[in-house]
Amino acid sequence: MDANLMMEVKDFSFTYPNAPKPSLKHINLRVVKNRITALIGPSGCGKSTLLRAMNRIHDLYPGCKYEGAINLQCVDGSVKNILEWTKENDLIRLRQKVGMIFQKPTPFPMSIYDNIAYGLKLQGIRSKSELDDRVEEALRDGALWNEVKDRLKDDARGLSGGQQQRLCIARSVALRPDVILFDEPTSALDPISTVAIEEMIMELREQYTICIVTHNMQQAARISDYTAFMYLGELIEYDETDTIFTNPSQKQTEDYITGRFG
Amino acid sequence: MNLQNRRLFYNRVFSVLSIGTALLGLIFLGWIIVTLVIKGTEAMSLDLFTTDLINNGLRNLLWGQFVLSILATVLAIPIGMLAGIWLQEYGNHTKFATFIRDLSDVMMSAPSIVIGTFVYAILVVPVGHANGWAGIVALAILMLPIVVRTTDDMLGLIPRELREAGVALGIPKYRIILDIIIRGAKVGIMTGLLLAFARIVGETAPLLYTSGTSQYWTTNLNETFPSLTVSIYNLATHPQEEMVKLGWAGALILAVFVLALNIIGRYLVRKKH
Repeated sequence: MDANLMMEVKDFSFTYPNAPKPSLKHINLRVVKNRITALIGPSGCGKSTLLRAMNRIHDLYPGCKYEGAINLQCVDGSVKNILEWTKENDLIRLRQKVGMIFQKPTPFPMSIYDNIAYGLKLQGIRSKSELDDRVEEALRDGALWNEVKDRLKDDARGLSGGQQQRLCIARSVALRPDVILFDEPTSALDPISTVAIEEMIMELREQYTICIVTHNMQQAARISDYTAFMYLGELIEYDETDTIFTNPSQKQTEDYITGRFG
Repeated sequence: MNLQNRRLFYNRVFSVLSIGTALLGLIFLGWIIVTLVIKGTEAMSLDLFTTDLINNGLRNLLWGQFVLSILATVLAIPIGMLAGIWLQEYGNHTKFATFIRDLSDVMMSAPSIVIGTFVYAILVVPVGHANGWAGIVALAILMLPIVVRTTDDMLGLIPRELREAGVALGIPKYRIILDIIIRGAKVGIMTGLLLAFARIVGETAPLLYTSGTSQYWTTNLNETFPSLTVSIYNLATHPQEEMVKLGWAGALILAVFVLALNIIGRYLVRKKH
């Protein structure tokens, strides 16, 4: 695997439980370190399925079939195929490296502070001052600190949708993963919250590798460095975002981004 | 009659019929409550709460009913909740889990006298006499399926996304269940448990052959144990008028208590939504 890659999907096929045919067919995708990779395509093309394979969240539901490889660059420089991991401990470690943000904000039923501190405590951080520091740092990264610093003890479910989503991102960032996967993170939010989240994602690029699924082509064009276009379970085209949007090599890609179908 | 008029006519007929049947139900409910309040307040006095049945009071009966119900709850809640958690979080759609769910539905509608007789056979006959423990077990068996289904249903209301969010943070499954899912379902589960408690606190049949009842104050669960409901049953057919009145007073206290539990339960549910 090239040194500038964080993850690499190789000849990857995925079949849902009891499905007659695979939902993803022979996918090859490169996820470049400290860059934003966008997955676009019409509904049902498999972009979320692919994203959800990248931290094996599918494993929550038994019977999923993976074929091929999804390689992950580890801190020590070694490359691991995450599809070979089977033990629950390995999967927990994988998800600590590869975090995920969902379409609907998912604040835990606890205070704003605890939402962030919870994962940190499970990672073994006991000291109150260190927890305080890490929570503040994460909330600053999440562009939420100024809005919530006076009510850290309030229930997180009382925040607005956009604030909840930023809290979820802060919660993920607090654990310092290598990769953050975003599954349509703004499709349930209003335009102002969307802008805030987009700005945040672009800032996170400095420290993290990001992969984002979006229905919104303008969003992909605005924030991503690389874009992959998917259609009917196949990856049609992958290139730098500028190229995909200005000079795609495939007819299907061009039809989709110019709005002729999808 | 044209079509329009015919429809209006049918509409009126069905309105009258449904209002009528609703009123019929309400009349009986009102009748019961009014009778209970009139007859119950007749014998009501503060002395009832400070003297035992042997001295024409209800103190030992209230105490006994309370102890039996609380201990049954203590027995049923851990078992029922663990089973409910297993059903929703681990077994979920497996055949075995479906079987257990159906079984617990069947148990929920099992006549309580059947449960009472069963416990009589296994816990009273071998000992040779009625005892408090048998009453506790009978009430717990009655409560168990309610607790199982409440836990199962309430956990099922927690969105899938919340579980996935926990998994995506690398949190072990048992911690997700304990810290996130149960916490999210807390109000619903508490309400369900309260209503389950309200359901068993007024039961007579499971106690009739198991704990029996007693005229005296006691804390010894190895012997017959005072029970308000069983005593109401006995007092209702007592030859002495005084004792019948005492029974009415007991019934009123019980009804008010169960009503209060139900109102609190409903209030909690409403507050949540």
